[in-house]
Amino acid sequence: MSIALVRIDDRLIHGQVVVGWGQPLDIGFIVLVDDVVATSEWEQELYRMGTPPDMDVYFHAVSEVGEVLPKYEADRRAGILLTGDIDSMLRLVRDAGVRKVNLGGIHHRGDRKQKLRYVFLSPEEEDRLREMSQLGATVTAQDVPAANPVELEDVLRARAATP
Amino acid sequence: MSDPTSPPDAPATIRAIVAGHSDFADGLVSAVHAITGRGDVYRTISARNLSGAELEETLRRAIDETGAQVVFTDLQAGSCTMAARRVSRDRDDVLFVCGANLPMLLDFALAADTTPLEAARHAIERGRAAITSVGGGDAGAPGAPGGPGGRS
Repeated sequence: MSIALVRIDDRLIHGQVVVGWGQPLDIGFIVLVDDVVATSEWEQELYRMGTPPDMDVYFHAVSEVGEVLPKYEADRRAGILLTGDIDSMLRLVRDAGVRKVNLGGIHHRGDRKQKLRYVFLSPEEEDRLREMSQLGATVTAQDVPAANPVELEDVLRARAATP
Repeated sequence: MSDPTSPPDAPATIRAIVAGHSDFADGLVSAVHAITGRGDVYRTISARNLSGAELEETLRRAIDETGAQVVFTDLQAGSCTMAARRVSRDRDDVLFVCGANLPMLLDFALAADTTPLEAARHAIERGRAAITSVGGGDAGAPGAPGGPGGRS
């Protein structure tokens, strides 16, 4: 499989993704899955500007991924697939066959409670992550490659003061 | 460049914002202050634990509150730089500079007698020119084939 990392990160393309993961995994392309970005030339240009010239970025709406994912998985380069939210990723688990999900950055919001330093979840989001797991996806939290992955059950049990 | 003999306790006006990962901004501004006593021309922002939207809001608020005309960020793909690019869409009066380093911020901090925009343009060149290397044999001097290492 050519997609080396499937990640939920509300910052989408940023330093941790491009440098932190991109360099050790020798990433050649990023598939950015977001319904808003997929329809905005300006947003796409913004993310292209933040990406090294030797790394391609492809933009897709969530509904397109089931169709295009086999093409990316057949790519000889390693790639990262990103969504900015849990709902989008659940749709990819349901409809596009995604079976491994990295929680990389889900930050503070009014209805969320802190689970890890970089993971805040609402009760509804917790349910959706459980659903991903029930559908057969392995869900772990890991912000950078040097950190230990945290299993979903440990994430859900965690409280604000934990790692 | 400003007169370096100006009183170090002159009333501070925030002239620029420094934003970056983790303690990048606090660390650089702390170093500027240790060297020049002028760290207080900067307000710092850390991306730590902020979503992209929160970071953009934090940056917008800092620009509004301080009137700063210059924003320095750390990394091309970094979330502070991405937030800065979003803000730049409707704040073309503010100069956004990516790739800040200590020589750049020192030069800007000492240029109190020029406008922030002029100071920033000078500081960018100073920061760029301050990157040097020495030693490392041939491998350490990709830009100087045939010469052992670069010049400091």
